[in-house]
Amino acid sequence: MELWFSEMHTKDVKFSIRVDRQVVSIQSDFQRIDVFDSPEFGRFLTLDGYMMLTEKDEFIYHEMIVHVPMAVHPNPKRVLVVGAGDGGALRELCKYDCVEEIDLVEIDEMVVQICKEHLLFTACGFDDERVKVYYEDGLKFIRDREDIYDIIIVDSTDPFGPGEGLFAKEFYGNCYKALKEDGIMVNQHESPFYKADALVVQRTHKRIVQSFPPCRIYQAHIPTYPSGHWLFGFSSKKYHPVRDFKAKRWNALGIETRYYNAHLHSASFALPNYVEELMKNVEPTE
Amino acid sequence: MNPNLHQRAPVAEALAEFKQNRVVPFDVPGHKRGKGNRELTAFLGEACMAVDVNSMKPLDNLCHPVSVIKEAQELAADAFGAAHAFFMVGGTTSSVQAMILASCRAGDKIILPRNVHRSVINALVLCGAVPIYINPHTQPELGISLGMSLEDVERSINEHPDAVAILVNNPTYYGICSNLPAIVKLAHSRGMLVLTDEAHGTHFYFGEGMPISGMAAGADISAISMHKSGGSLTQSSLLLLNKGVDADYVRQIINLTQTTSGSYLLISSLDLSRKNLALNGREIFKTVTNMAEYARGEINRIGDYYAFSKELVNGDTIFDFDRTKLSVFTLDIGLAGIEVYDILRDEYDIQIEFGDIANILAYLSIGDTRRGIERLVGALSEIRRIYKKSKKGMLSQEYVTPAVVTTPRDAFYSPAETVPLKSSVGRVSAEFVTAYPPGIPLLAPGEQLTPEIIEHIEYSMERGSYMTGTKDLTLKTIQVIK
Repeated sequence: MELWFSEMHTKDVKFSIRVDRQVVSIQSDFQRIDVFDSPEFGRFLTLDGYMMLTEKDEFIYHEMIVHVPMAVHPNPKRVLVVGAGDGGALRELCKYDCVEEIDLVEIDEMVVQICKEHLLFTACGFDDERVKVYYEDGLKFIRDREDIYDIIIVDSTDPFGPGEGLFAKEFYGNCYKALKEDGIMVNQHESPFYKADALVVQRTHKRIVQSFPPCRIYQAHIPTYPSGHWLFGFSSKKYHPVRDFKAKRWNALGIETRYYNAHLHSASFALPNYVEELMKNVEPTE
Repeated sequence: MNPNLHQRAPVAEALAEFKQNRVVPFDVPGHKRGKGNRELTAFLGEACMAVDVNSMKPLDNLCHPVSVIKEAQELAADAFGAAHAFFMVGGTTSSVQAMILASCRAGDKIILPRNVHRSVINALVLCGAVPIYINPHTQPELGISLGMSLEDVERSINEHPDAVAILVNNPTYYGICSNLPAIVKLAHSRGMLVLTDEAHGTHFYFGEGMPISGMAAGADISAISMHKSGGSLTQSSLLLLNKGVDADYVRQIINLTQTTSGSYLLISSLDLSRKNLALNGREIFKTVTNMAEYARGEINRIGDYYAFSKELVNGDTIFDFDRTKLSVFTLDIGLAGIEVYDILRDEYDIQIEFGDIANILAYLSIGDTRRGIERLVGALSEIRRIYKKSKKGMLSQEYVTPAVVTTPRDAFYSPAETVPLKSSVGRVSAEFVTAYPPGIPLLAPGEQLTPEIIEHIEYSMERGSYMTGTKDLTLKTIQVIK
């Protein structure tokens, strides 16, 4: 028997994973949620047919979206995570003793339920008592918050679906308002490689830089995302992601990681020329 | 209304059957089901081009309906509680014009509020009827013009007992209704017809807890923008007649100006939209009302904005309020509505219906989602955070009482000359000046230019309002009667 999960990365490029069995398939109020088991990538989660995470490579994404800002901020106590119903970002955040409160806003409660049942390797993040979960539209949640978070992590899906509002200019502006004066926002910034994705990268970047002082881009290699080349945005009212990064301080915490390390931190902000070009085209000229 | 009847859509069904028969076309349109215009077909889709066909026996004829269009119109009449319904393909402008041309002849008087859509005054230019304006009162804080007060209507009727008709906006663009049942009673007791402009009132016929509809209130003729809240294609509209109005005469009037090549895309969209409204309208407008109520609550929680609703109702000039309308007063953040309208589009990729001097209006329909509402509210909250300034020097008065010197028709056809707008005080305008949207003329032909009206026009343009109707597109000059 041949059973494959396929996702179209462009209309002419297809990415497939051989599936052993389908674990869950359910339609929530917002999207279709599927969980599969596969020989190569282990268990994986898709929403509306788009790959969200696999057991084999999720650590790369979650470590990069969490440890980069956490290693720059000198004393992060209050963190907001938007999206990320799988709990992977929470798992990484909970490795920090300095963190006192973590708010997670997820629009789709069913995603959290499914993950708690079937994706324990990420959903273990929900077990920590510092975590408080809100089932709400992220855009609505953040509207009322002002000057309270040290770090905001925007772990959105893609901009064509329930996550649409998390790519809007008003959302980034509201994040700016919700952050303390030395706060940091990181967001998943999509892939620069295929043309349609690159346009999303540009639009997203344009909307962030309108609200924040320079938004710096960093990258990681995530095999199951389109093209494998993935970007993240780092925006702060105060800190520079490389100059204000103290390797010693972070190393002293003794946090265990499989992808992220202090060398890679600075290196991930070194971008290929074509990516620099993409960003420059939408940044305001000085 | 009998719901079982409304499972049918005679025109749409006839088109579907016609498509299956694969008739070889040696008639117009020349694109021949799209084959003759590949690029257009790729753009609009084959399904669309295949039903862009001409009138023919199996598909009936809009000018002279005897089969499927006749049936579809009868179903529409049933759905709207009217005695007769006409499918219109020239926009609600054509419905409004037909309604006025069918009730007034040259020299007849018609009573109407001044805050009518420009299509109404256009119709007066065409037929030569004399407008008797009723000043719609202005809500002083919001600067929006309201409905007509019953007392004003009564006085006007007493002063002009020879008037043949009275026209009522039901509702205004902002969702405000006059006391229509009382106006109907009064007008009918004096032998006058009641015409309702329901360009913004389609949903009154289907939603629960809505203001009363024209037909239900006993109005004689009503113009209905099906393409607004009714969901049909742009430019499709309905004209409704109540009992006692001569439908055959109205059809003749319609055929004076209506195309003889009525588009089947528009006609079938009216047919299918009527079916949808008849079967699902109640649920649809419940959802829309709930979304509007939610948005109002959230916007009012931001602070400084005022999303107004039923609390404005005063039993007279605001007899009722359409809660599906989402209007927001913006002056307290120091921005004109038109400025917020522009920022929403240019900075936040959000297009709303219109902005005037003090308010914005977001048009909600069944096509909206909760996510979209969150974006609008989020953007408004950001605009307040980033742009808020003192409201000093902001104008709020929206309605300027016009000084009517002659009829729109006489003014429009009088010998005219071009003068600079700034030095036109005291002259009589030969043309319209209309901020679009909302499309209500600031100045109509036959009205005198006053310092107030010129200030109002210039202020609106400064804030970014888009003025239409004049010969000089820049409005540096204006046509006045010699």
